[in-house]
Amino acid sequence: MQLGLPELNTKSEKIYSSPLPMPLLTVQNLQQHFPVRGGLLRRSVASCKAVDGVSFSLGAGETLGLVGESGCGKTTLGKSIVRLLKPTSGKIEFDGQDITTASMGELRPMRRHVQMIFQDPAESLNPRHTVRDILEEPFIVQKMGTKDERRKWVLDLLDKVGLPASAMDRFPFEFSGGQRQRIGIARAIALKPKLIVCDEPVSALDVSVQSQVLNLLLDLQRDMGLSYLFIAHGLSVVKHMSDRVAVMYLGKIVELAPAEELYHHPRHAYTKALLDAIPVPDPAKRRKRELLQGDVPSPINPPAGCAFGHRMKHPQWQASVGMDLTLKEVSPGHWVQPCPCCTQ
Amino acid sequence: MNAPILQVENLITAFDTDAGRMTAVDGISFEVPRGKTLGIVGESGCGKSVTAFSITRLLPQPHGQILGGSIRFEGRDLASLPVEEMQRIRGNDISMIFQEPMTALNPVQTVGKQLAEAILLHTKCNKADVLARSIDMMKKVRIPAPEQRLNEYPHQLSGGMRQRVMIAMALINTPKLLIADEPTTALDVTVQAQILELIADLQQEMGMSVILITHDLGVIAEVCDEVAVMYAGRIVEQASVFDLFANPRHAYTQGLLESIPRLDSKPKTLLKAIPGNVPGIADFKSGCRFAERSGRAHTEAHLTTRPPMTEIALGHLVENCPVCVK
Repeated sequence: MQLGLPELNTKSEKIYSSPLPMPLLTVQNLQQHFPVRGGLLRRSVASCKAVDGVSFSLGAGETLGLVGESGCGKTTLGKSIVRLLKPTSGKIEFDGQDITTASMGELRPMRRHVQMIFQDPAESLNPRHTVRDILEEPFIVQKMGTKDERRKWVLDLLDKVGLPASAMDRFPFEFSGGQRQRIGIARAIALKPKLIVCDEPVSALDVSVQSQVLNLLLDLQRDMGLSYLFIAHGLSVVKHMSDRVAVMYLGKIVELAPAEELYHHPRHAYTKALLDAIPVPDPAKRRKRELLQGDVPSPINPPAGCAFGHRMKHPQWQASVGMDLTLKEVSPGHWVQPCPCCTQ
Repeated sequence: MNAPILQVENLITAFDTDAGRMTAVDGISFEVPRGKTLGIVGESGCGKSVTAFSITRLLPQPHGQILGGSIRFEGRDLASLPVEEMQRIRGNDISMIFQEPMTALNPVQTVGKQLAEAILLHTKCNKADVLARSIDMMKKVRIPAPEQRLNEYPHQLSGGMRQRVMIAMALINTPKLLIADEPTTALDVTVQAQILELIADLQQEMGMSVILITHDLGVIAEVCDEVAVMYAGRIVEQASVFDLFANPRHAYTQGLLESIPRLDSKPKTLLKAIPGNVPGIADFKSGCRFAERSGRAHTEAHLTTRPPMTEIALGHLVENCPVCVK
């Protein structure tokens, strides 16, 4: 597997297309809205547009990073893709198959290939199950192997994620945070998936343990040819893990580019603000920064036009209302929301 | 050179549990220079918050106790001060900001009432004065429409606004020392930058000293003057921020600095990781506590004898384990 950036296909025709020839996952204009209920009859009085028209694709063996502040919809997007949620509209195509509206039964074979790693391993592992129960379950659900075979597979998995065989008969609470996340990762790779959605996989871990888990994810990707959708709010971590990075703001992707390109030549004002806010672990590089004012607005009744221009009270914001804000390619593989307020 | 505002010497704090006495802070010494910011950095369970709670004497009672050492603040030893006198200092001369503003604020009282309480506990003044001071402080922490916000409840505010209210409460009596325990950990990176700048601005304006506790080396590098690195209940290294980042001497500090992904590192390359896990309090050794994760061979003597704190360069202290410090 190639580890560096894949070569860019400059003649890419498909919008936001992955630089790799055959995308594993294609998401088109995905919307995930939640009703906000109120009043006596708990009628739907508004809708929370958590994901509001997102398109991208992801190639085999590729990592797409997804960053944004809390409430921007990145976790919801991850959950829609693994179909823990039923999208409101749009299209999700995995491995050439439309899974947008597939039923639970229809999804079962697909679930082998799409897995998820959650932020808090303490909450995503059943506390009453031993590690063996947890890691065996995917095989049982998929009706694979005999009892002895499954036991062997569980041992293999533990070995792969760097846990001792003795971990098998212990319970999640007996492990530290980093080890628990390793169990979560073992469960995700059990069925040899093609795509793993990693939702803030290291945010809950100690600093010295984070790098171990990141290294494990990189190793597994190289060995198994995995694709990752890597969701995190820490931009340095996302940049380190990704081939391409998408920046999300209030339910929409505002910029998508190869990782290095995004960090060196950010085009959207929000990307610039996010980059500028990262504390740099080097006191020699202290700087006076342009601080972003205000908080992330609510996705319930978001402003028309460019939501970030609205937050910044940009004089040109009004011009973005009613404009087509579909991402435009400004340089090979670098896509930006073309609003007059945030991208010159 | 002014005398430091706070001098902690050989502080030992322990908790009595069913499994016996657990020493969370094991003989640490440091000073906070007047008007400066001391950063305490460490991972979960290293004792950084317990240090803060020891200084403010907010240890959970009766399990948590200061077993030894002194905490000298303006000529008095806080470690042995009677509770009533400590109450006069806390919230007045020494204030604290906590990690999670939603749990630190009272959900059933308005912001105004909570601010007023902080004022009235330490000064006698009339209603109009309280209101004027509250509004003034709300403006200082840059909360828009302060008059209106005073009548609101914490749940009506965003995370960043809540943390501003916490800061307003902490600073309303113009403390000499502010202890901020992970003040931005629960916040988004853009809001974190706002809050850190706010604390730095107010520090300048009010001339106070700050202890900033965090696990984030980026935050340390941005705002601190001095840094103490804690590991497993002890300080392993202490220096000026420039010294520490340019010339880390302890294997733990070096490992920590090398393991964080940086914006200028090459994507998808393996990071230098520290092997193993942060030790639990029950597994603390008497000698070098970083030994088993250091990847370097320690002798029996290194594991049983506590390495001495040594000043290896001017103002640069390190827990001088001959194996971990080269």
